[in-house]
Amino acid sequence: MSRHLLVEEPGPLTTVQDEGRPGLAGIGVGRSGACDRASYRLANRLVGNRDGAAALEVTFGGLVLRAEADLEVVTTGARCPGAPHNAPTVLRAGEVLRLGVPETGLRTYLAVRGGVDVPPVLGSRSTDVLGHLGPAALTAGDRLRVGDARAAAPAVDVAAVAEPTGGALEVRVVPGPRRDWFAPDAWARLTSGSYGVGAESNRVGVRLEGEALRREREGELPSEGMVRGALQVPPSGQPVLFLADHPVTGGYPVIGYVVDEDVDRCSQLRPGQEVRLRERRT
Amino acid sequence: MRLRPSGTAAVLVECEDLDGVLATYAAVRAAVDGDLVPGAVDVVPAARTVLVVLDPRTSTPEEVGGALERLDVGTADAVDEEDADVLEVPVHYDGDDLADVAGILGCGPDDVVERHTNGLWTVAFCGFAPGFGYLTADEGTWDVPRRESPRTKVPRGSVALAGEFTGVYPRSSPGGWQLIGRTDLDVFDLDRDPPALLAPRRRVRFVVAS
Repeated sequence: MSRHLLVEEPGPLTTVQDEGRPGLAGIGVGRSGACDRASYRLANRLVGNRDGAAALEVTFGGLVLRAEADLEVVTTGARCPGAPHNAPTVLRAGEVLRLGVPETGLRTYLAVRGGVDVPPVLGSRSTDVLGHLGPAALTAGDRLRVGDARAAAPAVDVAAVAEPTGGALEVRVVPGPRRDWFAPDAWARLTSGSYGVGAESNRVGVRLEGEALRREREGELPSEGMVRGALQVPPSGQPVLFLADHPVTGGYPVIGYVVDEDVDRCSQLRPGQEVRLRERRT
Repeated sequence: MRLRPSGTAAVLVECEDLDGVLATYAAVRAAVDGDLVPGAVDVVPAARTVLVVLDPRTSTPEEVGGALERLDVGTADAVDEEDADVLEVPVHYDGDDLADVAGILGCGPDDVVERHTNGLWTVAFCGFAPGFGYLTADEGTWDVPRRESPRTKVPRGSVALAGEFTGVYPRSSPGGWQLIGRTDLDVFDLDRDPPALLAPRRRVRFVVAS
């Protein structure tokens, strides 16, 4: 039997992701990689994969896979009805795994023991939707080879982790490099009110809708480097929170950053959901 | 060194001008390669800044900032002698905006070509797309406004001008730069190591394609 997973239905958007392409931003290649790194890493640990093994990032459920051999799989992140969650299970050859639509959260990570083995591009198997690098999003009929990125079998086979919230998400922010480009009250507005998540959000960023942040300083900002978590404010005054596929450099001022460890939870925000940004107390 | 806060996973270094960026990038890159900046995973030069990205699991912005402040940027040459070999980029100067650019600069199309090919350029930084370099002229400054309405599709290999920069589109994409020509040289090739010909600090000479 061949160690493959057959994609019967890809759902709205399923991509292959790993840790991305760190170190190449100097030549205009963004890091990309799993949006919710904590859930991705947990999935690999639960099936005993080496760090950096490629997994599937399933957006809004809908993925249907058929195992062509006995394969150990797990899902983490957004819980999809119909799939075993936070605990590995063996799919028997011929068995079908069907991921329903998650009730909370947006992105589910499906890891298979051995990792998904698609050809790496610049050292990574991640799809970068902005940089157009890496494998295409999955389509029905794709056969995914399962690789050999196995580590020792894990000591833990069930993980107790908090589910993504369906209610208001509160995350911590710290000042960004261009906070002084904004009106004196902008920071207080950003960190006291709440924002809704816009429908145009994707792996590049979460569009926040709420009180506009007024700029005090006019003129163009020469492009500068960005990292995920940046709250970039275009002329509309509505911030965009950058996720994994954010542009390497950007030309709009960054008023603040969501602290790195909270960005994972931001990547589980769904359109319409509420997010509260609060200044980190040190 | 002027540092600005950039969240918990990066430190932004502010520079006076592009020359300052090139010198700072050289110094920071060498320090990172020499393991003098613990936790640094990426160095991103841009128009007036150099961003140092760190792994928040292994270091903090304060630690990286401290290491950066100990660097002596003054002694670093903007262009590494080892990198100083000049890349020749052959260009067919038949771009759709060549006449417009000549009009903006108050000269003829031939003068634009002569100016573009006369003298060296240096890749100051990359961005916009994988392998897209922002090249700045070693002598004499350019100042060409972007097109008022960007094109939805600029063909791959287009050689273009905007602001003080020239660049080569590594693949077909939307774009607002003024197109003066095209090259057959593949400036970004995933099957080549390194994939980007126009990496920061690379010296370039444009020549008229035969």
